Amino acid sequence: MQSSELETNKIRNDFPILTRKINGKPFVYLDNASTTQKPLSVINKIVNYYSFYNSNIHRAVYDIAEEATHAYELTRQKVCKFINANSPQEIIFTRNATEAINLVSYSWGRKNIQKGDLIILSEQEHHSNIVPWQILAKEKHAKIKYLKIDETGNLNLNELEAYLNSNNNNNIKLISLCHMSNALGNIIPIDKIINTAHAYGIPVFVDGAQSVPHLTTDVNSLDCEFLAFSAHKMLGPTGVGILYGKKNILEEMDPFICGGDMIKEVHKEKTLFNDLPYKFEAGTPNIADVIGFSSALDYLNEIGMDNIRNHEIELTKYALEKMSELKQIKVYGDVNLQNRGGIISFNLGDIHPHDLATILNEDCIAIRSGHHCAQVLMEKLEVSATSRVSFYIYNTKEEINIFINALGKAIKLFQL
Amino acid sequence: MSDDIYREIILDHYRNPRNKGKIDNADVVIHDSNPLCGDQIDIYLKVVEGQIKDIKFDGKGCAISQASASMLTEMVMDKPLTTAKDISKDEVLENIGLTNLGPARIKCALLSLKVLKMGMVKYYSDKEPTTAEKMEKDSNLF
Repeated sequence: MQSSELETNKIRNDFPILTRKINGKPFVYLDNASTTQKPLSVINKIVNYYSFYNSNIHRAVYDIAEEATHAYELTRQKVCKFINANSPQEIIFTRNATEAINLVSYSWGRKNIQKGDLIILSEQEHHSNIVPWQILAKEKHAKIKYLKIDETGNLNLNELEAYLNSNNNNNIKLISLCHMSNALGNIIPIDKIINTAHAYGIPVFVDGAQSVPHLTTDVNSLDCEFLAFSAHKMLGPTGVGILYGKKNILEEMDPFICGGDMIKEVHKEKTLFNDLPYKFEAGTPNIADVIGFSSALDYLNEIGMDNIRNHEIELTKYALEKMSELKQIKVYGDVNLQNRGGIISFNLGDIHPHDLATILNEDCIAIRSGHHCAQVLMEKLEVSATSRVSFYIYNTKEEINIFINALGKAIKLFQL
Repeated sequence: MSDDIYREIILDHYRNPRNKGKIDNADVVIHDSNPLCGDQIDIYLKVVEGQIKDIKFDGKGCAISQASASMLTEMVMDKPLTTAKDISKDEVLENIGLTNLGPARIKCALLSLKVLKMGMVKYYSDKEPTTAEKMEKDSNLF
């Protein structure tokens, strides 16, 4: 499939920021794994809420409060449909994917993890899928095991199987993995892993922060216990995260943040908690941005997740081909396009990623440099940092050409 | 502008850092890092009669942080502590010729100065606690 089939030109017109020129140069945004740009429909949706029906939800009886409540809950229904959950009650709005993971490590973890238990993560997790579990493990005197990855960033499934098989005392209580690595772009065979885990009765938390914006997600067929992702990485506003959890599990969990809206009755001595999903949404939530997120979901549905995936495969293929022509470059991650998303981590000779990002910024190209909140992975790769480009629906081959040209300039400047 | 930043002198100090390594029996060893970039700097100081008799740095990171550390060691070698103590951020930036850095990259350029000042606070805290305290309170230093 050609990337032009996505009608990139038409799409780009929907994003005001992409018309920007800085120092007369077009703005080339290649940091989509960090956050994506917002289409006008999302921006307008938020402006519209604040302009015409700004009010608090779930309480007041007047018209605009009902409009706001309806719009907020409509987003929940759209999210439910987008990931094919069974019920909107399984969709909890948080601030971001990080908070969603913290919610589970706190509410589920403190109830279900005991002394001597094990939590399985991998070496390529984002800090947000390491630190909450580390704190839980420390508190409960539990342990964390990191699944190893090979040089291409792939997990060894045999290692997992053998490990689960030898776990005679059944103390593995959770497996929590990112579906797509934010640093390498590798996609793990999460469906197989969930099947294997379930054969041993172990629940699986899927960190979908990178995968949900780029791949079709179906929690019903995946059968994962939890899934976390962030609206801002999929055209939506910042400040909105989503936790999906199986209803029976969420019902058993105690609240995370407590206060208004998450209660049914409060007395001096006891409180009766609200039903799902409100039990986990204390206080006034981020109403405007949740409402704005519904337009992002509409936008993605309109294009179609399969088309998005194909577009990104096409761009990644093109970029990898062009980059491989530079002999000074080292690209990390799997070379098989089916096993990776539109994220490419690399190093160019001995140029430090921060220097490279500064040089590219001169040509108005936004890339990411650093450890990508994955220092455990960086240690494994034996680098302190990498440069990273990541694509989305509005990126073009022309932009990749501009990027490749700028790499050429950096090579010249550093006399590689 | 990157031509301005990555001038020959910066690349020279990056590729061939001066005073890089460790000092055995250093009077002060101090380490810090830049959490945003992951740049790391260790500074080793040998002080004799109030004078920096030897200084070495060790570290890893971007060209700006490492070249800046290399140039800073040249700046303070054989200087009295009292002189080194008063080196300002602007002096360092002027010395390395990078006065137009943005807020993100300026931290790279000033990391070694921060580590040096931390080292001097550590050194003074045994000998002249009041000087150490005064230095720590001077927010311009860090």
